[in-house]
Amino acid sequence: MVVWTDFERATIADIFSKLDYEAVGGATLARCLIVYPWTQRYFGNFGNLYNAAAIMGNPMIAKHGTTILHGLDRAVKNMDNIKATYAELSVLHSEKLHVDPDNFKLLSDCLTIVVAAQLGKAFSGEVQAAFQKFLSVVVSALGKQYH
Amino acid sequence: SLSSKDKDAVKALWGKIADKAEEIGADALGRMLAVYPQTKTYFSHWKDLSPGSAPVNKHGKTIMGGLVDAVASIDDLNAGLLALSELHAFTLRVDPANFKILSHCILVQLAVKFPKDFTPEVHLSYDKFFSAVARALAEKYR
Repeated sequence: MVVWTDFERATIADIFSKLDYEAVGGATLARCLIVYPWTQRYFGNFGNLYNAAAIMGNPMIAKHGTTILHGLDRAVKNMDNIKATYAELSVLHSEKLHVDPDNFKLLSDCLTIVVAAQLGKAFSGEVQAAFQKFLSVVVSALGKQYH
Repeated sequence: SLSSKDKDAVKALWGKIADKAEEIGADALGRMLAVYPQTKTYFSHWKDLSPGSAPVNKHGKTIMGGLVDAVASIDDLNAGLLALSELHAFTLRVDPANFKILSHCILVQLAVKFPKDFTPEVHLSYDKFFSAVARALAEKYR
């Protein structure tokens, strides 16, 4: 069972309350596809991913980024039960989407960077530590149902 | 490997970074010690590992000095970082996995400091650059 300090709970709730899920989701997924281009393998039918500008302007990517952020929101609202909350999503990513779980870390690193850019100085080392702990729990839960 | 586009992107932002190099180095190092506490094991000889402390500031400056050398040697990192590679390999013996950790923290610091400049394409070039620096630093390990 994951033990969260009061600081960690407050920090996670605070960060997500400040995020525009559409803007942040789209920016994060686009960044991931640009910085780690091999991740584009999962988006073959998402239209034009030819270059960075195309990726950043692609409405299907933007929409999917929003979906991802709303998925993270479920973890934010169920911090004491992330593993159970994500059981179905884990099965989906493994058996239907066939996503290599290493990609979850790549996406979470991109989210960290996007959030850092938005929060600026407020994204201190302690805040980052809490945020990355949360993301690592999410990543672990998403990988749990892979066999 | 680093394309000329990558090298240009690195050098373009580096001008702004160089102006605040000490601050960025110190903040990135402090961030790393907070987010990845296992890295503190390399600094057990410091009295104070908190962000903004004298040893952290001084060492952040040292690290950024190394990166200045790396940018200057961007066309031949193995040659330019030879002495630093030997230092890390034989004296410091830092596990190379930590290069990735510090790189991540520097990237985060760049996003904090330069949110508009640190576009996905610039992020890509810097990620590639830091990976290349890490490879050059690990050259002499074995």
